[in-house]
Amino acid sequence: MSRIFPKWSNSVPLKVLVILGVLGVTLVVSVTYYFTPKYTRVGYAPTQPVAFDHSLHAGQLGIDCRYCHTHVEQSRHSTVPPTSTCMNCHNQIKSESDALELVRASYESGEAIPWVRVHQLPDFTYFDHSVHVNRGISCYECHGQVNEMEVVHHDQPFSMGWCLECHREPERYVRPLEEVYNLDWRPESEEAQIEMGVEFVHDWNVNPPLSCSACHR
Amino acid sequence: MRIFFAIFAFSVVVLVSILGFRGSLSERPPIEIFPDMERQSKYKAQSESRFFADGRTDRPVPPGVVHRQYDDPASSERLDDDHYNRGRDSNGDYAEGFPMVVSRAVMERGQDRYRIFCGSCHGGVGDGQGITGEYGMVGVPDFNTERLQDMPEGEWFEVISQGRGLMGAYKDKLNVDDRWAVIAYVRALQRARLGTEEDVPEDMRGELGL
Repeated sequence: MSRIFPKWSNSVPLKVLVILGVLGVTLVVSVTYYFTPKYTRVGYAPTQPVAFDHSLHAGQLGIDCRYCHTHVEQSRHSTVPPTSTCMNCHNQIKSESDALELVRASYESGEAIPWVRVHQLPDFTYFDHSVHVNRGISCYECHGQVNEMEVVHHDQPFSMGWCLECHREPERYVRPLEEVYNLDWRPESEEAQIEMGVEFVHDWNVNPPLSCSACHR
Repeated sequence: MRIFFAIFAFSVVVLVSILGFRGSLSERPPIEIFPDMERQSKYKAQSESRFFADGRTDRPVPPGVVHRQYDDPASSERLDDDHYNRGRDSNGDYAEGFPMVVSRAVMERGQDRYRIFCGSCHGGVGDGQGITGEYGMVGVPDFNTERLQDMPEGEWFEVISQGRGLMGAYKDKLNVDDRWAVIAYVRALQRARLGTEEDVPEDMRGELGL
């Protein structure tokens, strides 16, 4: 009886299994690694119409975040400043600079500067800046070391799981109220943070909601 | 099998070089893998509007509107108080003095607001030597001059609210209470600069080396 299958075919099922296995593992690994805001959002750094440098203004000059993002303490929104805020200084400083052409044009015409939004939550999520900054959550926790960024980039994933990390354990993130806008502040150690955090959470009655309706309505 | 692994390794290298790593800087807007209802056709704060002619979603305040501090209901009872709202007395002149009790809390609020909104130009002690001076800001006055020491509180209020000379208006950044608090703090700065050794309590003179 002649052989129907050549000898090498004995190893075919095993090879197919190995190949499928390798491809399967690769698929799982790459979806885990790439299909997450840690990849899709973090690092987004669009070019802005005016090359505003946070590391110069907030870092080198030490201008407080609230000088421009004034209403962060009272409002849901950390407002982008009107052009008149730029002109408080730039009517004198670098008032002829080409880089500020658009700022001057906007100031004269009243047309808004078309800033590109970097951080954007889904439209079904309602975040309130004021409750966070007034209870010891620093700008730094979500926006990173903005005072060292020449071009602002998206620093944290802003996924729901990431929000909940802090809502479940606020004591790991709350800081003294006078350090909220000091982006260089760090706790002395992890233990010191927890010790201090537990106290703040108790004293300020911090009770971050974990229910859906806290952020989704 | 060898061919498979060669192709596999090559594809992985190609994939990683195209997609990059987590956290690498990119100009590409975030990909929304499951867009569900993440972007809805509604207006959000400070966003663009295609309905209004000026392209703004946030509507400007109509002329003549009287501002009420929503965070302080008591201030709406003072709508007729010219001293408090405009810094003017009953004759329409600049008012002297403060329209509220200057407490420690007011002073601390003033210090806090002064540091955020004023210090960059006027300097931490009100000497006009703020950091912007190093970058070309000129003509910032020293608060410790006779003219500014004698300037009525009402006039300070007007300058902060509306700006003067090259200084811009700060009424959009400081509400009425905060403006008065800043004035109280500026008065303290001026007083401190006029201080002598006698003003320092005996037991604290050592700390200052007096």
